[in-house]
Amino acid sequence: MTTKKMAIIATKGTLDMAYPPFILASTAAALGYDVQIFFTFYGLQLLRKDLSDVKISPLANPAMPMPVPMPVMVQMLPGMESMATMMMKQKLAKHGVASLEELRDLCLEADVKFIACQMTVDLFEFDKSEFIDNVEYGGASMFFGFAGETDICLFV
Amino acid sequence: MNFDKEFDASGLSCPLPIVKTKKALVDMESGQVLKVISTDCGSVKDMQAFADQTGNTLLSTTEEGGKYIFMMKKK
Repeated sequence: MTTKKMAIIATKGTLDMAYPPFILASTAAALGYDVQIFFTFYGLQLLRKDLSDVKISPLANPAMPMPVPMPVMVQMLPGMESMATMMMKQKLAKHGVASLEELRDLCLEADVKFIACQMTVDLFEFDKSEFIDNVEYGGASMFFGFAGETDICLFV
Repeated sequence: MNFDKEFDASGLSCPLPIVKTKKALVDMESGQVLKVISTDCGSVKDMQAFADQTGNTLLSTTEEGGKYIFMMKKK
């Protein structure tokens, strides 16, 4: 039996949208898939050594369950983003959901390959030294070399 | 049932029970049995799916006082 493959394109850098790529990648790797994640645009934030700036905002996120209904005018007040992030992290920990750092480490341990979009790195003038070491830099064609042969390819 | 190794995933949520079960199996020998304890009700279907897709054998699934016990025989 040939090894199954999965590719994920991670384009979001918020706390809620950071989870799906790492959850799916670590699970697929555990099931024996060969996995690559292509991080582009805001998804690049998930490759930072320090993930403490990855946040969630209730603003423009009407589907986010809130303990109390909160008008948009309140959501935009200073400190709301940090508060929402703190509350979400507490909720995740309480339910035994792994931290982003732990899931990312599990992916790396399971040989999930991380590719950072070189174009976006240049566009946003990101400093590569702020990213973790286990990252390859490349473009769309490089990613398609792998993605074109996958069984599952997802855009997150 | 006899087992060779135990992994307690109590309190952990998806995907950790599966991902860490896979890790626990790595240094085991073919035919050995891993006992996994989980409190995540989602892991009942996930553990079966894991076995089906990886070729390991799920010998049994039991529930005891809110905990799920899986016996996984390594391929």
